[in-house]
Amino acid sequence: MDNLLDSWGLTVATFSPLVGALVMFLIPKEKEYEHKIIALVTSLWVAFVGFMLLIWFDLDATEKLQYVVDKSWIDAIHSRYVVGLDGISLPLLLLTVLIVPLCIVYSWNHFPDPKNPKTFLILILVLETGMIGTFVAQDMVLFFVFFEVVLLPMFFMIAVWGGPNRKYASLKFFLYTLFGSALMLVSFLSLFFLTGAESFVFSEIADNVVAHTVSRTAQLWIFGGMFLGFGIKVPMFPFHTWLPDAHTEAPTVGSVILAAVLLKLGTYGFVRIAIPLLPDAAVEWAPWIGLLAVIGIIYGAFCCLAQTDMKRLIAFSSVAHMGFVMLGISTLTDFGINAAIMGMVAHGLITGMLFFLAGSMKERYHTLEIKRLGGLLVQAPKMGWILGFCAMASLGLPGLAGFWGEFPAILSAYNPANGLPVETFRTFMVIAALGTVLAAGYLLWLLQRSAFGTPKEEFAEDPNIYDTTKTEWIAWAPLLALILAIGIYPNLVFRATDAAVDASLTPCLTIDADKSTHEEIESAHCSEVYGLSDHGPDDHTASKG
Amino acid sequence: MILAFERPAIDWHAVAPEIVLLSVGVLITLLDILFLEKARPYMAALSGLGILATAIPLLTLGIDGTERVLFDGAYVVDNFSLVLKAIFLLAGYVVILLSTNYIVDGDYWESEYYGLLLASLMGMIMMASSRDLISIFVALELLSIPAYLMVAWRKRDPKSNEAGLKYYLMGVFASAVMLYGMSLLFGVSGTTVLSEIADSIEAGNGSSSVMTLGIVFVIAGFAFKVSAVPFHTWAPDVYEGAPTPVTAFLSVASKAAGFVALLALIFVGFYELSNIWEPLIWILAALSMTVGNLVALRQTNVVRLMAYSGVAQTGFMIAPLAVAGHSLTTGDQALSAIITYLAIYAAMNLGAFAVIITLARRTGSAEIDSFAGAFHFAPGLTVAMTIFLFSLAGIPPLGGWFAKFEVFRVLATSGEAWGYLLAVVAAINSVIALFYYANIARKMWAEEPSENDLKNVEITPSLVSALAICVLVTLLFGIFPQLVARFTEVSLLAFAT
Repeated sequence: MDNLLDSWGLTVATFSPLVGALVMFLIPKEKEYEHKIIALVTSLWVAFVGFMLLIWFDLDATEKLQYVVDKSWIDAIHSRYVVGLDGISLPLLLLTVLIVPLCIVYSWNHFPDPKNPKTFLILILVLETGMIGTFVAQDMVLFFVFFEVVLLPMFFMIAVWGGPNRKYASLKFFLYTLFGSALMLVSFLSLFFLTGAESFVFSEIADNVVAHTVSRTAQLWIFGGMFLGFGIKVPMFPFHTWLPDAHTEAPTVGSVILAAVLLKLGTYGFVRIAIPLLPDAAVEWAPWIGLLAVIGIIYGAFCCLAQTDMKRLIAFSSVAHMGFVMLGISTLTDFGINAAIMGMVAHGLITGMLFFLAGSMKERYHTLEIKRLGGLLVQAPKMGWILGFCAMASLGLPGLAGFWGEFPAILSAYNPANGLPVETFRTFMVIAALGTVLAAGYLLWLLQRSAFGTPKEEFAEDPNIYDTTKTEWIAWAPLLALILAIGIYPNLVFRATDAAVDASLTPCLTIDADKSTHEEIESAHCSEVYGLSDHGPDDHTASKG
Repeated sequence: MILAFERPAIDWHAVAPEIVLLSVGVLITLLDILFLEKARPYMAALSGLGILATAIPLLTLGIDGTERVLFDGAYVVDNFSLVLKAIFLLAGYVVILLSTNYIVDGDYWESEYYGLLLASLMGMIMMASSRDLISIFVALELLSIPAYLMVAWRKRDPKSNEAGLKYYLMGVFASAVMLYGMSLLFGVSGTTVLSEIADSIEAGNGSSSVMTLGIVFVIAGFAFKVSAVPFHTWAPDVYEGAPTPVTAFLSVASKAAGFVALLALIFVGFYELSNIWEPLIWILAALSMTVGNLVALRQTNVVRLMAYSGVAQTGFMIAPLAVAGHSLTTGDQALSAIITYLAIYAAMNLGAFAVIITLARRTGSAEIDSFAGAFHFAPGLTVAMTIFLFSLAGIPPLGGWFAKFEVFRVLATSGEAWGYLLAVVAAINSVIALFYYANIARKMWAEEPSENDLKNVEITPSLVSALAICVLVTLLFGIFPQLVARFTEVSLLAFAT
């Protein structure tokens, strides 16, 4: 079992959905029930494989890639099929394999128009392959391929099953992300050639960046290309404009997957590729990333306050939440990036859940216009409470998952990595902290307007407004439980990520100049960007005394 | 004293593919003369079989693997030419599958059509081996003249006639320009064999301005053939007016033939003079991509759109040449990248045309709007078209991504600022291209069909086979790019050094 999992686990997890999709492709579309069963069984099987991967995962060595498979793929361009799982990928992989079956369960009886469950489910499964593949790929080209595979199914999901403005939204989503990834590809390639690496495997590129000093300017440009690619996907202010449109128009399940997993591909790219590979450039870019992140936090929050549509409000809250994640990443510290990964997981669970709720409310009220809603707690008390629970989680109430994403991210900005301007980041910290107040504001206001009070006249006697159904409970219970569990015991995530994040950062970023000996600093071979050179031996003795 | 003609030694194995193809062409013409109407129904099948038969000696040559030089270096059979011949044959075979019903339905002249198609194919096969100005020119005319006729094949349609005439005039003009350039090259170097021209350049003739002029003219001539901006103006009208299978043939095979000649000329002939052709190609590439894509955005007719997108794709294909002179390694990579692109492009573009032909049979129009809602009445075709369109746009895991990737890779390898700049231009252009490709796909998937009758599209067996070949190739090349990469890792630079 152990051996089988070692050599096949990740590959099976990645490609099983594709196999399921192929089988469904061959079955005529009239057999809707069979399609649903196949899709569900496939996604449950993938979830099971993911669970087994977790069980056999060596949690004492999360910094090490596990279940590594290294096979030749495209020899002509020195790209290999290398997959592996470490503490950074693990939580995101598990999030993916959890969300997909829940989405399939949720859509069981309410496929959005124009129905056609066959195609819809095939797209979800193809999407799952792309998402899992991105999280396990350890080769730049492979990563790029999976990163792009995700685009097509999402495009069609929005374009075919989306809301009234779906054509505009789907194309905008597609063009934005493709623009970023095209430049990202150019960055990957130039990095490969400038380092003279033998293959596109991450670890190899990283070694070569250290060995061959790629010129500072080149590093900055390359990081810039990756920044565009990943930043658009996150999305960071000012590249975020595709997100509200895409979210608002996407069918419920599409929004959920988009929020829960797709946005994480961007932040994951920063943590997995951009920062470990180009630490020097990261230091130079970090203040700007931090700046855009806090602008995103505040801007997102203000936009939320101005929204009249519930789904659009949740979409803008994603911009704000991803701002916290990016702020954590921009500190380049172990603490900040751990917080960021926690933030990704928490945001995936909570915002995914909020989109589920929005979808269910839309089905009942046929509108999400906030001023027409109200009194959900009267008409559908359980759902109202769930909404309250998620809003609290989203605003970062201690004891729920959201808190562990936001609070440490803010805290980490107090003490950014070597070479970063401390005052600037402390300013960011203060602004971000203000952002949490705004978050509480818009979420509580949303809750107040939609759940409290008495139902509006037009819906008061509406029999369509019923409480949470059984399928909804099945789809939601795991998410709610996880939000609570991670909130109470955040170590569930941190245990996996901590060592892995630490290992992904160059010692220059984390070394404590005041506590380390001169030799330690010397032996780390840090360039000037880290601001460690002033700490001469005299300095050191002085600080000791 | 009488000079007796001495036949140069001929390696029969090396020219076996040409002989087989020629025999089939002759056979078709003879059968037509002998049996007239009675032979017509069998012509398509016969020419298809002829192409497959041609592939057999190609295969044995490939297995044999030795490089064969004929006629004092004017005609060479090496891996480069074999790979390209294979691409031409496969493309030709798919075009015959596409033509079968189209030509029967239109009541066009079948026997002559296939005869001409094979003749044109013959020219392409020869082009792949030509390493001499004269044999290149002969091959070019052999592939072009039948194409002029085929473009005007829909005799009763004025558009087709206009297209034929336009194509003919433009083609002849381009030939004339190119021929003039060739005469200049011959004047300076005193030889027509490309490798000897290279020697002459190395000996110091390269600096003469006449040589420069010659190179510019020759490249301009081929820029017409491959429809690179600013020599692309014929393409949209010709593509629209020609019978659609012929359009498919032109957009893939004829373009590829132009590229082959360009590659042979640049790599074998003028490689040393990269300071002349590199900037020229850079401008052609950047212009073709940008202009082609921007104009394609405004098209409402799908064939015209494919014409402009073809222009843009030419820009992508030609781009690696802009840095090919950087070093011998880069040169080899550029060559592989272009051939890889040609092979993948052939599959996806022919596939797209196969879908267009099939859908146009039902709707009777090639307006993009008539494809709206195709998902409702032709789901299979819609999925296939989606695959081709997004492959053309370069979205993984469909074949096109690897083609584009190779282009980016070469542009980045050179490490020159110009290379990176062109890569960024290409990156921006792939986004613009996606816009119109995705737009077609979106129309097919998301819109309601304009007509009320949702009868299914009738798909003939030959179209199914054509589609199956194209889908399979597009997907396989995308998921296992090594399949195509191992064949396209060829080199021409052994001659240059």
